[in-house]
Amino acid sequence: MSDPAQEPAISVRDLRVRYGEREILHGISFDVARGQTLVILGGSGSGKSTLLRTMVGLQPASSGEVWIRGRDIAKMNEEDLDEQRKKIGLSFQGGALFGSMTVGENVCLPLREHTQLEESTIQIIMRLKLEQVGLAGFESYMPSQLSGGMKKRAAVARAMAMDPEILFFDEPSAGLDPIIAAGIDNLILKLKKAFRMTIIVVTHELASAFLIADTMLLINKGDIVAQGTNQEMQTSTHPRVRQFLDRIAEPEVSDEMNYLQMLTGEAPPRVL
Amino acid sequence: MSFIESVGRNTIGGLAYVGGLARLSGRAAYFTLIGPFRGKALRWSRAFHQAMAVGIEALPILSTITFFVGLILALQGAYELRKFGALQYVAGGVAVSMSRELGPLMTAIVVIGRSGSAFAAEIGTMKVTEEIDALTTMALNPVQFLVTPKFLAMILMLPCLTTWADFMGVMGGAVFGLTGAHFTLAGYMRATVDALLVRDVITGLIKSVMFGGVITAVGCYEGFETGGGAEEVGRSTTSAVVMSIFLVIIVDLVFTSLFYLLGR
Repeated sequence: MSDPAQEPAISVRDLRVRYGEREILHGISFDVARGQTLVILGGSGSGKSTLLRTMVGLQPASSGEVWIRGRDIAKMNEEDLDEQRKKIGLSFQGGALFGSMTVGENVCLPLREHTQLEESTIQIIMRLKLEQVGLAGFESYMPSQLSGGMKKRAAVARAMAMDPEILFFDEPSAGLDPIIAAGIDNLILKLKKAFRMTIIVVTHELASAFLIADTMLLINKGDIVAQGTNQEMQTSTHPRVRQFLDRIAEPEVSDEMNYLQMLTGEAPPRVL
Repeated sequence: MSFIESVGRNTIGGLAYVGGLARLSGRAAYFTLIGPFRGKALRWSRAFHQAMAVGIEALPILSTITFFVGLILALQGAYELRKFGALQYVAGGVAVSMSRELGPLMTAIVVIGRSGSAFAAEIGTMKVTEEIDALTTMALNPVQFLVTPKFLAMILMLPCLTTWADFMGVMGGAVFGLTGAHFTLAGYMRATVDALLVRDVITGLIKSVMFGGVITAVGCYEGFETGGGAEEVGRSTTSAVVMSIFLVIIVDLVFTSLFYLLGR
């Protein structure tokens, strides 16, 4: 860890997250090298969203370390966290654009709040960011006037406003048709190539995952099941990985006695 | 046993609620009073927009309601006073009841219906659509960004609205005074001014500031407590209105008792 250039952008060590009594993440560790794209795969309720929320400081860690840009955010106070947050961007699942502001104002907001830039400079940066996500000319639209895919693009533009070092995506292609989803994938690839950004994507869309990822991570019930490059995942023989990649449903309850018990909610009759 | 249990659980729940309100108010007060000296600028333009929405846009409905309340007070007062042939005291009765009690209270009720519910709905919707999380990840504190301008607007606007409500109530009373009690307008106004003490108006205004704080705290707190889903926004809005009315009455009781004891 002596050479900062070799230091990973993100390094998570034995991370545990608890909501009250329930532990969601049971000791997770992984690294993301600078400029790499990591895709976090996992089913619903696997803990992948909690992992993302912890990495951006929305959810406090119960124990463990989350090193981002060389600092452990698990032990930071709010003010230091805010300094970190200015260097990362998060594109939310539904966009989370501020409905009371235009698309342009949404992108300008972090610049107006955190920088001393001239208003004319802010306007130029805003147009540049919107152009990069393919939304040039849409700055005066209200978020409600945009389609789902455009909202996500606008959200990416806002996330990039402060030139973040790390960009997070929460389910970028959820709820989009395949063509628009492919457009978002291309946008992520373009950002990766053009800005050499470290990108973390949480998704369960396999096709887009294999397209954009350098490395992947499969989470199941709060544990890392497998991690590796695309090829390593593709050729993995781990049953859970196979089940996820080959889209095999959970085996259904077939035992008739258990089924009856499930329906009636009673204890099973004792067999003498 | 279960009765005692439920009393205990409700007491703890109530205390937790008041604790949540106090914490939110404390943070909003920090960003209003101390924040500006630590490089966290106050959002005057947002506060100004809020003040317009809370104050100026409420004027028509507030004027109408308090005008009629003043008239009703005069009619009800006269019903009793005419038994003693003391109709000339109607003016004073209306003025004192409006400025000490009904001016601040009716203003609070109107503002709860218009703005308290709107605060809960606005913040609740932002919670559901992840906009609150988006503010946090953009290093913008949601309390500083959303709550502080509302507090500023409410604490400045409620006394202004209350003053206007007092005036409209007196005007409503004057309608009865002119038509039913042989007052001239100048005579009615003179009787009003003679009956009013500065203390009556001031105590009313102090209460209105407290009401403003309570309504903002409850509306915003209910908004932040909104769970997932659109129906939850409706629930928090309803609960913001009910809780605000309840707490405004409690605060009113406390302050009225206090002023009564201090007024000896």
